[in-house]
Amino acid sequence: MSTHPVIPRRPPAPPEPPPVSLTIDGQQVDVPAGTTLLDACHRQQIDTPTLCYSDVLEPAAACRVCVVEVEGSRTLVPSCARKVEDGMVVQTNSERVRHSRRMVLELLGSSVDMSYASSEIIDWTQRYEADPDRYGEAARTVEQPAKIDNALYMRDYSRCITCYKCVDACGEQAQNTFAITVAGRGFEAGVSTEYDVALGDSACVFCGNCIAVCPTGAIMFSSEHQLREEGLWDEDVQEVTRTVCSFCGVGCNLELHVQDNRIVKVTSPQDHEVTSGHLCIKGRFGYDYVQNLPDPMTTPIDDVLAAARASGRDGGPTR
Amino acid sequence: MDLTFSDAEPTAAERAVIDGLLGAPDSVWTGAEQRSEQDLRVARTGRSRERRDELLPAFDAVQSAIGWISEGALMHICRQLGVPPAEAYGVATFYELLSVTEQPPRVLHVCDDVGCRGFGGTELIAGVEEHFGPEGAVVQTSDGESATWHRSPCIGQCDRAPACYAQLAGTDDAVLVETGTDEAVAVLTGSSPGGAPDVLPPQVEGMRLLRRVGVVDPTDLDAYRDAGGYAALRRAVELGPDRVIEEVKASGLRGRGGAAFPAHVKWSAVAAHAEGPRYLICNADESEPGTFKDRTIMEGDPFALIEAMTIAGFAVGAEQGYIYIRGEYPIATARLRGAMQAARTAGMLGEDVLGEGFSFDIDLRRGQGAYICGEETALMNSIEGYRGEPRSKPPFPTDVGLFGRPTVVNNVETLVNVLPILEEGGAAFARIGTDDSTGTRLFCLSGAVDTPGVYEVESGMILRDLISLAGGEPAQVSAVLLGGAAGAFVGPGDLDLPLTFEDARSAGLGLGSGVVMVFGPSADLGDATTRIARFFRDESCGQCVPCRVGTVRVEEALGRFLAAGPRANGAGTRERRLIEELDLVMKDASICGLGHTAGTAIRSALDLGLLGKSEVPA
Ligand SMILES: Cc1cc2nc3c(=O)[nH]c(=O)nc-3n(C[C@H](O)[C@H](O)[C@H](O)COP(=O)(O)O)c2cc1C
Ligand code: SF4
Ligand code: SF4
Ligand code: SF4
Ligand code: FES
Repeated sequence: MSTHPVIPRRPPAPPEPPPVSLTIDGQQVDVPAGTTLLDACHRQQIDTPTLCYSDVLEPAAACRVCVVEVEGSRTLVPSCARKVEDGMVVQTNSERVRHSRRMVLELLGSSVDMSYASSEIIDWTQRYEADPDRYGEAARTVEQPAKIDNALYMRDYSRCITCYKCVDACGEQAQNTFAITVAGRGFEAGVSTEYDVALGDSACVFCGNCIAVCPTGAIMFSSEHQLREEGLWDEDVQEVTRTVCSFCGVGCNLELHVQDNRIVKVTSPQDHEVTSGHLCIKGRFGYDYVQNLPDPMTTPIDDVLAAARASGRDGGPTR
Repeated sequence: MDLTFSDAEPTAAERAVIDGLLGAPDSVWTGAEQRSEQDLRVARTGRSRERRDELLPAFDAVQSAIGWISEGALMHICRQLGVPPAEAYGVATFYELLSVTEQPPRVLHVCDDVGCRGFGGTELIAGVEEHFGPEGAVVQTSDGESATWHRSPCIGQCDRAPACYAQLAGTDDAVLVETGTDEAVAVLTGSSPGGAPDVLPPQVEGMRLLRRVGVVDPTDLDAYRDAGGYAALRRAVELGPDRVIEEVKASGLRGRGGAAFPAHVKWSAVAAHAEGPRYLICNADESEPGTFKDRTIMEGDPFALIEAMTIAGFAVGAEQGYIYIRGEYPIATARLRGAMQAARTAGMLGEDVLGEGFSFDIDLRRGQGAYICGEETALMNSIEGYRGEPRSKPPFPTDVGLFGRPTVVNNVETLVNVLPILEEGGAAFARIGTDDSTGTRLFCLSGAVDTPGVYEVESGMILRDLISLAGGEPAQVSAVLLGGAAGAFVGPGDLDLPLTFEDARSAGLGLGSGVVMVFGPSADLGDATTRIARFFRDESCGQCVPCRVGTVRVEEALGRFLAAGPRANGAGTRERRLIEELDLVMKDASICGLGHTAGTAIRSALDLGLLGKSEVPA
């Protein structure tokens, strides 16, 4: 009789955790254990605002716009970070929830330039009747000069809501480069390199993963920035083409955003299993050869600008 | 992790300080020469990431010796510890007492917080300003050095207002109390080393926790033992860990750090984790404006804290304890270090404590000027070498605490109460005070009273009587700030409040860290609330929106409210409503207790009409 242990070909699948049963807005819901309240809300088609949340990063739970009311909890809880528990009774549209969401949107709207933020954010601002203007002309803001210290991307922290996403993407959760950090404290806290050195002098490898996760356009391709500055950025005429990066064999998918026959920025789909939306400098910025231009570092965007001007579009709204 | 360092090199002095603390780097991997003769390799990274928690002590050492942290010094620390420079910079810029730009070797932090400003602080600031120009201005002194000064939040000397803390590079930091301009100037110009007299708490009958303070030499272990010291630890060893926790349970001891949480619940939760390591943290950050009780114990009876921590460590099965003490307490820090050393030498700390077969030792970490680091999870991040930002709870520290391990965090006063509990038994302890608020309690009396100081009284004493005890005149009280800046104002009509957790709670108040700051008839409460609003705006860690922006907006709205004048009509009502809305979002949606309480005192002042009567918003 053989005494060899039987080695399973693959480890047995962990037993399915029993589903958790909770009540959301009066409806009973069964979801797998480990689900967040935000996911549970999404399963119920409850539109829940989020700003600092990302599908590809750990929740920082910093913006607090996704809060919900959980019976028995003294304070509201961030739905992005809190896991469901059996028997939880959750309200997503109570007076308290609406108040906190409105205030968070107002506080950000009154201190940060949100004009490049996604259209969802504008919708939530309306839905919660947030009125950032009521804090007056003298309300303190995070306004500061934009940082343009390299040819590939720029940083305009007047648009930064300190959501920590770029820092997390640059650090442990994706890129492992640790070029940027949140420095300072309180209202003065902001994203910075060490001693605020230029990106080229920092650890930055120009992967652009910070750009990809920024919800407010504070970090932006130089090409996009220049087009917006001139009022020529126009997503309506842009074509987005999905392709596979040709630089190496990993198989990262790229989305080439093309305006007037020129690539104006490159993203990768967040739900792509290879990249989770992250790329390296080659996939992100190494596209000029495609356009076969004589001086890849400087001319393409001038070309786009010229083309856009020639097309007769002028500086209208840039969203 | 592939780290990138700049070429900035430390000066010889910086290198000596850093290597003196961290040990000289021995290989290219730990930040020695970039190319080693032996292996001809180039290494640009450190490999010792497990030493991250030495980051703050390293910054502390450089700041104390050199006066600021240059890029070269930061890079050298980062190479040795394997910390990315950007992250280290994020940590250094979090703390008020660390400077990443060149700073003079003498920096005077002049308290202008609520406990000082109405009580001599404003005059002191004016005097210092006259001599040295506006805060932050660098002045060359006659001895060839340079100096500067800043306004500072409360430095825990409110019983001896006005007060300053002097950060002196290369020599011992100093504390100045009941200071006049001349003394402040003398310290800045180098003609006086500064220094404060020892604390002597006002003598009250029935003192237990304070009985040795000012009586027994705090630097002498034998004197401590002769005065009954270490009897409690022996008793604990006799009982064994489980029964120690039973006694603490029977005593009904609740936390004295602010949240009033039952101590035994935390202790049993940590002890119940089957696997170590477990940790014990003594929270000695004491930065709540108006609070100075823990300092009184640590300066006056440091061995008591060491003994109490040893008992707690024994009971919960922690072999390593930490004391996290605020940086502005140089005297308490020195006394505790001395006490720890003496206890170690006598075999009462370290491996095999008292020869009883258990190990326990303590590491002392200095905070660097951040109120938020008193919040227990921010404190743990700070010890670990990260920015002092609070973590989301759950998980709670008793499950996932310091270095991800089960951790008990207790306040200094909470821990010291363990000594009488063991000496007389938990049941006897519980007979003092009331059913829900057992034992005695330390109250920090300051402001308009004749004899400010720490008063140890039985829980349940009436607020009015406590004020009288300290030589205050209850009939002259215009308001009392109860519980600190995170607490609330109460008015002359509230002086019959019994000082217990339960009575405070049913009045919608809290005792917080025991602050009783008394304001007399001439007090400018608009000025005091304005300072409180600024305090929270300055001290918010900046992590979450309700608090980061909300504290700024509260300060702005309060300014407009006060400018509108006491007969505030439309404008006053509007600002008042705004403050209430801000308070609500901060209470409801902030991550931590700082945001939850940042609007409380201001709202209480408005509700009591202390800032002028205004219509209550509809
Ligand atoms: C902003 C903030 C500051 C705090 N500061 C302190 C402090 O300086 N000392 C302290 O013991 N507790 C402080 N706490 C409370 C701690 O988080 C924690 O509850 C306490 O240390 C637990 O000890 P205890 O149970 O013995 O009271 C603070 C809490 C907050 C939210
Ligand atoms: S481009 Fe990449 S490496 Fe550079 S800061 Fe952004 S995420 Fe970090
Ligand atoms: S720059 Fe963008 S991603 Fe980074 S913290 Fe600011 S808003 Fe968030
Ligand atoms: S409430 Fe304030 S101090 Fe607490 S985490 Fe939020 S920003 Fe930081
Ligand atoms: S020391 Fe000045 S207010 Fe406390």
